[in-house]
Amino acid sequence: MSIQDRKIEDEGLSYGVSKLTTDKIQQTFKALIDNETGAKLKAFSESCVRCGMCAEACHFFVSHGNDPSYSPVGKVSQTMTKLLANDGKVTPDDIYGMAQVAYTECNLCRRCVHYCPIGIDVAYIMTTIRRFCHKLGVTPQYIQDTAHSHSATMNQMWVKDDEWIDSLFWQEDEAREEFPTLRIPMDKEGADFYYSVIAPEPKFRTQLIYQAAAIMNQAGCDWTMPSMPGWDNSDMCMYSGDFEMMGRLKRQHFELAQKLKVSRIVMGECGHAFRSIYDNGNRWLGWKDYPVPVVHSIEFFAELFEQGRIKLTHKIQEPVTIHDPCNIVRGYGLMDKLRYVAHQLCDNIVEMYPNREHNFCCSAGGGVINCGPPFKKVRVEGNLAKANQLKATGAKICIAPCHNCHGGLEDVIHHYDLGIELKFLGDLIYELMEKPE
Amino acid sequence: MNSLYNFAVGPLAWAAFIILAVTAVWRLWSMHSLAKQKDASSVAYMSWKFSLRSIFNWLIPYKSLGWKANPVLTAVTYVFHICFIVLVIFVTPHQILLENAFGITYPTLSSDAADVLTLIVIACCCYFVYRRVTNVTVRYVTRTNDWVSLGLVAVPFLTAILGSWSVGGEIMPLLHVLTAEALIVAIPFTRLAHILFALFTRAYMGSEFGGVRHCKDW
Repeated sequence: MSIQDRKIEDEGLSYGVSKLTTDKIQQTFKALIDNETGAKLKAFSESCVRCGMCAEACHFFVSHGNDPSYSPVGKVSQTMTKLLANDGKVTPDDIYGMAQVAYTECNLCRRCVHYCPIGIDVAYIMTTIRRFCHKLGVTPQYIQDTAHSHSATMNQMWVKDDEWIDSLFWQEDEAREEFPTLRIPMDKEGADFYYSVIAPEPKFRTQLIYQAAAIMNQAGCDWTMPSMPGWDNSDMCMYSGDFEMMGRLKRQHFELAQKLKVSRIVMGECGHAFRSIYDNGNRWLGWKDYPVPVVHSIEFFAELFEQGRIKLTHKIQEPVTIHDPCNIVRGYGLMDKLRYVAHQLCDNIVEMYPNREHNFCCSAGGGVINCGPPFKKVRVEGNLAKANQLKATGAKICIAPCHNCHGGLEDVIHHYDLGIELKFLGDLIYELMEKPE
Repeated sequence: MNSLYNFAVGPLAWAAFIILAVTAVWRLWSMHSLAKQKDASSVAYMSWKFSLRSIFNWLIPYKSLGWKANPVLTAVTYVFHICFIVLVIFVTPHQILLENAFGITYPTLSSDAADVLTLIVIACCCYFVYRRVTNVTVRYVTRTNDWVSLGLVAVPFLTAILGSWSVGGEIMPLLHVLTAEALIVAIPFTRLAHILFALFTRAYMGSEFGGVRHCKDW
């Protein structure tokens, strides 16, 4: 099978492709190769001996009956190899297929790196294809909508400035029934940290802001949440290929922290936003280090437990498994801290295999879930591997400290009828911690 | 025939090695310059410690997930590369050529041992061909360049063993030398370029995983 046999109708891709000519494609490709790629792409392209060892690394390949067109090298072969071999002279229809491969059939999870003796980074190649498609104006409609939202509002979900502030007031108000002294301090200058979330939190998962506020207050933290644009740490532009906008988002995020004179930023339980800070956005801006220290929630919760600032009433007794999100585990090495926090909360942790940096991706990350309903089926069916992993643990609860993983795993759990409940670390801490009488 | 053979192991061999040396240096140097010019945000994270850590761990058979998941290919790959290097250096005629040219002497393989290792290399190449045809993923991504590279590697060994068995008379040693020279010249321009670049791509990936991603890349 090839991508030509499984094209999915998407308005964004169709519209983008309808405006292309072969000449425009070739000119754009040449400009991309000359201006934006270098030795990495050249060395990867020339050194790959096409051994196919990477195939088994990919959940799409494994879950689609070992279909070679889903293997990492197969995806490269249908995209970058074809472009390089033809010096960018391909048809608009080819570009449709390439966009579908790069945006919806690769989670950029980098698991294939663990299988390639030569050290070829297929995620980088797929990101470069996405960048190319962005430059051609060929992007899936749903992810492009989030990218538009970023550029218009500086957040991913079209949340208006007053709606954001209102959401914080609303959660503060609600929480004061349970925690009478609770505050969500807004724009507090010089606080220990500012807590930043992704825009789907106020939009769809507002209870997470409630829970975070409850934890911060019970732990006696000196914290704040900003009222101004920059509060959203998410970055779909990194995945759509709009790197200029990715840079603007990261700059705004950090400038807000500097404006508020906070000592550091604590980021919510999200993976891709973290990748945007440590790996992609920072490099685009030319920063080797961040202007303000940043920690992920996992690190922050670990710190609270180490300092004895969270008191629990009890621990979860039933079997609990842990899903390692690619961007913060394979991407940032937080597997031990994740386990430390999980063991504080649960007595009976059952590991899934493979785990830690060798885990299988949730199949939602890398912007794939953000490409929306047209591509849901391929994503869910493309993660039978994860369903089998989850099932084998026999656990009834799965901890996944990442929003995208939640989205992807929820779909997998429902599709394969696994009967597993998904939890954020914040969910469990809130549920188990001591609360006022 | 003799003068042709002498020409092949003499001036032609010199030419092949000089072409390899010049093009390899040029390819590595231009790749290095390109990396400095275009990949500064990656070069900035290069680290000796993590580069060597990654190379070391990937040199150990069955250490990485990739080696573990492909047990037969792993065995064949290691055997192939080891035999290849041992034969190139330790086969007696090669040592004699080096001795004639530079006066270098060292112990060499017996002709029986050399024959066995050569047959092993040929068997490995046969496995690569078999896998390239029967494994659907590999077949899906195989292009002419992959066959050319494999052919370039296999033919000098094939001609060597036939020559050792005196098949084809004087033509076989000549063919061995000529095809080996073709292989030498082709290294920087075919998939065999992994000989030049693999250590560097591995080092780069090791640096990223060690220094930026704080985890293993094997």
